[in-house]
Amino acid sequence: MLFKKMSMELDVFVGNTTVLDEDVYQLWLDGQTVTDAVRIRIEAGALQECEANAEVLLSDTMDQFRTFQMCERLLQSPSKVANQLLFQIPPHRQTMLIERYYEFDSMFAREVLGKKLSKGTKKDLDDIGSKTGIVLKSCRRQFDNFKRVFKVVEELKGPLVENIQRHFLLSDVLARDYAAIVFFANSRFETGKRKLQYLSFQDFAFCAGQLISYWTVGAVDNVVENMDVDLEKEFLHDLKDLKVLVNDKDMLDQHKSLVCAQLRGKIKVFSEMEASFKNLSRALVNIASKLTHTKDVRDLFIDLVEKFIEPCRSDKWTIGDLRLFLTHYSSSVHTLEAFRRQVIWDRYMGVIKSCILKMYHD
Amino acid sequence: MPGKLKAKIVAGRHLPVMDRASDLTDAFVEVKFGNTTFKTDVYPKSLNPQWNSEWFKFEVDDEDLQDEPLQITVLDHDTYSANDAIGKVYIDIDPLLCSEAATVISGWLPIYDTIHGIRGEINVLVKVDLFNDLNRFRQSSCGVKFFCTTSIPRCYRAVMVHGFVEELVVNEDPEYQWIDRIRTPRASNEARQRLIFLMSGELQRKIGLKVLEMGGNAVVGYLQCFDLEGETGLVVRAIGTACTLEKISTLPATATHPSNSSPSKDMKEPGFGEEAPGVPLSSGPPTPLRAQTFSSFSPSKSYSRQSSSSDTELSLTPKTGMGSGGSAGKEAGPLKALLRQQTQSALEQREYPFFTLTAFPPGFLLHVGGVVSARSVKLLDRIHNPDEPETRDAWWEEIRQEIKSHAKALGCHAVVGYSESTSICEEVCILSASGTAAILSSRFMQDGSLDTEHRFEEVVPPGCGFCHIPYDELNIPFPAQLTYCYCCRRYKVPDVLFTTIDLPTEANVTGKGCLIQARLCRTKKKAQGEGNATAISNLLPFLEYELHTQLMNKLKLRGMNALFGLRIQISVGETMLLGLASATGVYLTALPSPGGIQVAGKTPSDITYEQHISNMQKKINDTISKNKELHEINPPEVVEEIIGSPIPEPRQRSRLFRSHSESSDEVSELDLSHGKKDAFVLEIDDTDAVEDIHALLTDSPTPAGFYSCNTEIMPGIQNWTSAIQMFTSVRVFRLNANLTNQGLNKIFSDLCENLLKSLYFKLRSMVPCCLCHLNFTVAIPEDELIQVAVTAVAMSFDKEQSLENGKQSGEKTLIKAITENDEQLQFNLELNAETSSPNPLSSPKGLSEVGSHPSARAPSVDYSSFADRCSSWIEQLKLKAHTIRRGSVKTTSSLEKASPLPEGRSRSLRSNRSYSGSSVAVVKMTPLSFIPGAKIIKYLGIINMFFIRETTSLREEGGVSGFLHTFIAEVFAMVRAHVAALGGNAVVSYSMKECVFMENPNKNQAQCLINVSGDAVIFIQESELESTSVQTQSATTHTSNGGEGT
Repeated sequence: MLFKKMSMELDVFVGNTTVLDEDVYQLWLDGQTVTDAVRIRIEAGALQECEANAEVLLSDTMDQFRTFQMCERLLQSPSKVANQLLFQIPPHRQTMLIERYYEFDSMFAREVLGKKLSKGTKKDLDDIGSKTGIVLKSCRRQFDNFKRVFKVVEELKGPLVENIQRHFLLSDVLARDYAAIVFFANSRFETGKRKLQYLSFQDFAFCAGQLISYWTVGAVDNVVENMDVDLEKEFLHDLKDLKVLVNDKDMLDQHKSLVCAQLRGKIKVFSEMEASFKNLSRALVNIASKLTHTKDVRDLFIDLVEKFIEPCRSDKWTIGDLRLFLTHYSSSVHTLEAFRRQVIWDRYMGVIKSCILKMYHD
Repeated sequence: MPGKLKAKIVAGRHLPVMDRASDLTDAFVEVKFGNTTFKTDVYPKSLNPQWNSEWFKFEVDDEDLQDEPLQITVLDHDTYSANDAIGKVYIDIDPLLCSEAATVISGWLPIYDTIHGIRGEINVLVKVDLFNDLNRFRQSSCGVKFFCTTSIPRCYRAVMVHGFVEELVVNEDPEYQWIDRIRTPRASNEARQRLIFLMSGELQRKIGLKVLEMGGNAVVGYLQCFDLEGETGLVVRAIGTACTLEKISTLPATATHPSNSSPSKDMKEPGFGEEAPGVPLSSGPPTPLRAQTFSSFSPSKSYSRQSSSSDTELSLTPKTGMGSGGSAGKEAGPLKALLRQQTQSALEQREYPFFTLTAFPPGFLLHVGGVVSARSVKLLDRIHNPDEPETRDAWWEEIRQEIKSHAKALGCHAVVGYSESTSICEEVCILSASGTAAILSSRFMQDGSLDTEHRFEEVVPPGCGFCHIPYDELNIPFPAQLTYCYCCRRYKVPDVLFTTIDLPTEANVTGKGCLIQARLCRTKKKAQGEGNATAISNLLPFLEYELHTQLMNKLKLRGMNALFGLRIQISVGETMLLGLASATGVYLTALPSPGGIQVAGKTPSDITYEQHISNMQKKINDTISKNKELHEINPPEVVEEIIGSPIPEPRQRSRLFRSHSESSDEVSELDLSHGKKDAFVLEIDDTDAVEDIHALLTDSPTPAGFYSCNTEIMPGIQNWTSAIQMFTSVRVFRLNANLTNQGLNKIFSDLCENLLKSLYFKLRSMVPCCLCHLNFTVAIPEDELIQVAVTAVAMSFDKEQSLENGKQSGEKTLIKAITENDEQLQFNLELNAETSSPNPLSSPKGLSEVGSHPSARAPSVDYSSFADRCSSWIEQLKLKAHTIRRGSVKTTSSLEKASPLPEGRSRSLRSNRSYSGSSVAVVKMTPLSFIPGAKIIKYLGIINMFFIRETTSLREEGGVSGFLHTFIAEVFAMVRAHVAALGGNAVVSYSMKECVFMENPNKNQAQCLINVSGDAVIFIQESELESTSVQTQSATTHTSNGGEGT
């Protein structure tokens, strides 16, 4: 009854050290409205603390939201956080603020992965929001973060992960995830096909890590000027030479017999393997030889699934069988005397093997 | 030509984009002092320009040095149109004018624009070379130290406390000049900011002159205020306490000053403070209300729009000559009464025996009489001649005289904890002054009392002495119940004691204290001019009376018997008056235990009514016992029969706060029949009273783990951790309906309670913690708006040790006190090494200390020790202050040659910081005079800043809250940056003295003015101090910078 007779016109609280409540920060990052945030806090039992009431909680939430909003501009260029004068925030809290601001929902990242980080995609955020149940505001923040990181490191030389860490002061783990996002966005890998839906963001992030580590220019050459974002052209070109493994009938037979000799009695699906060896080998080598075309690079993952993973899955290979097969499939090439491109082969198969193994699940 | 100011513009960073086309800025800087302006080159196309300018040199009078700020303007060069201003930095160079304060200003300072707020930062270097000035009639007062702190600053010792200094200057407010109609809001704001900088500089200089005249070298408890009178002008006024301070830099044993052993010291044996009250008192008017409020409104004087009778130099009392006080002292005989008279006469010779101090050196404060206050309502008139602000002076004159006479009526010769304030609404102005009547020891006030020997032998004054009544018990100026002191049983004490000072450290207190507030709203009719003034002055006594009643009731409800730090603020608006009284309640062991509160009904026949009453009584009793438990008040049970009842029972034992002549007899009877304790009777005779009782009970207790007070420290808590959080919270409420007094009261009270609740909730992570120095300011910015601003500090403490704290911490401090000086010394020297500031007051002992480990020191240290030797030698020759200054100039220059980095200290500070990873130094801020767990090793000067912020895009900046939140954060940032640039790492005695907020949401506009002040200091953590003193060298890092957040 009293509140009808007066209304709060203005309400601020400013501490010499900026007061930050991590729980409220999360609610803000999640894109909650003040009203929802207050409700969530009440449900979480905030009223039991310190003899608070709803009014106190509302005031506190509004104030915290405003503080975060004021900090947001700084968080968008994290290097400024440490030498700005407006907010006095202890270093460990600064780290927390930045890290949390750049954290994202993997559900969301999965949706955006491989898409062009442009205005067009931004319009799709509504759909992604309703699909994943993430509040639109939060989607926007995450999308803008992706875009911001992408824009900054796109043109930078040197190792991708380190660049991200240096410019955005993120933890190693988070910087790696961002590297994956940047890498996927740059090469525009196809991830949206129905057949790829079963793969999680972490699956792709792992694959991206492998590709960045072994297939980019920076992977072989540690000179700082090198770029990490693009696959090494020369390497992709060299992959064409692997074709001999399937085109040369002798070599294919020899390869098959070597693998079969190694695996006999060791895997349950031996006969299925024996039957499909040539198809599987052809699939892997063909994928390799086509990677000179940008389009085929984009289709790398869908190709792996359609041409390799699905056949294996329909034959009910276990992950152990698959690992043994790939190990021997890859290593037995070394004993093929006629084959010269051992180094290229290892560089290719190392990545393909770990990607397939990561992607081989339901 | 007594001074050379040098400034160098190094670089800028985070500048805003001024050229949309290139997304860059072509920045250059104008450096202006007085009428001289220098410019840097344009640094094209960069948001992080590196100007690295030459040294711009200004040759100026020291008078100008004191008055003018250094004004740095950053602009964007534009070939075709006018250059755009990015923002400004005002630098107060006053701290550089005092040899003991800062030596250089160096660091990143925020570039501030009154429309856009902070826009990037600029790195500057500022130094001052002062030359000797032998002119006796000089207008400057360089070298006088200013402190906001209302006690003797921590690394100083009071040699002499000279007394009250005051000054005011007036000017036209640029906002109201005709030119304001044609200039931009930015130009107008900047004119105002600059004017206020100038005026406060001038004010400080004038006060400094008065201090020098009195023979002092410092102003403690410096309180400067602005009165934005609007059309009639702008008044800047300040009060303070002139002192002669001496830096503590010697060991106690060697502290004797050979020249100062004068006979006068003999009569100051320690016991003299405790003698019985005596001394006939002058015939002050008997005060109606006990020891507090008096309001006055004399139509004849205040209405008259001319500057009537009184001259500025009111010659009723002779101007205080330094010598006169001393000579009076020398003739003193051994008789205590005579001594008392002497002190009194020494004080009486002062125009105003007022002290803005709230805490005192041991043995200074002898007895406390009670609160004295005076108010008067004035109509503002145009100030015709700014150079002679006669009317304003006369107004304060009048009020101070009144305060003085009130103090006299209480048998006191001095007023301590004195402060002045105003509240303005349109053309009406309420002037208020308040303080605590007291009797002081003469030892700090007489010439020749400068004997350090005695001070160290000082017996710690007993914890009850100050409670003993100073007035004659047969001639009590108001009805009071006196008993024998519950501590010493020798002297009389009152039943309740109200004061405006901090709780004396030696006071015996039972349990803990708590914040007590009385809140009151009174509606008033809209009126104009004289009618309005009369209406207000008629309301004032009632307001004060009720505030007092509330305070008393709430005090009893908490089972306490004394208030400290009492501050009553009365704010005037067009349709209402607001009163807010805040104080810290405690239970003084020396005073009698307060009786309970008894509810008495008017018509005892009705049964349901009686039931209601007894319910209420029960509630009250429960609250009292709950409160006692909460605050740990369990005084030893006193058997009253032992001392008997020394005082004839006064007839009106119970003072009736709502006295009805018809019912009073009945009530007092009822009361007397109710046991030995004096019950406090609340009579429920009307709905008002019922409301009041409800209001009493609505004050919710502080949540578990929290304590609160508005004084410096909370009795019973000693083991503070170093975690402190200073904060400012502002709320504005709109009242939407026509409300009755009760309705208003309820709203206002809820408002304050909710604000407190919010604060507790916000700071819950610091539990166990105490909110100290909770300073509430209320204002009525517009009709139907109430603004409440709070500044305080939350300090965590260790619960574990709080049980055993009593003795242990006492011992600890004792040990510390002994070792203190030694450590202090060490740091002075090391500091010198870094700052290249010689310490003219260091002693021969200091020299030997240096001599004992010369090898351990870096070469640069030799210079400083040389400086030390030099200056202390000079000191021994008893040369005057200015000669020492000359010496300091010499040494500075020699140091400059020696070190390639001219800005030794702050440079090295910054390099230390960079090691710790963060590029911005942590600056702690606190409204208290100390930092827990740390030792203040140097005062760098006063911080006194005034900012205006205006916006024409209120919605875009997040509405009023967003706007004000940003502004307050910006003000904090600027204070921190300026302190860091002075080489400091904390601000103590910080206060936000003004926060005037105006909005016009329809026009999407808002404006806010903020004035803050404090003392910039360097502190070091005590833990570090211990370790560094062992290692002597190397650790001069002052590392407290790197520490955890404030």
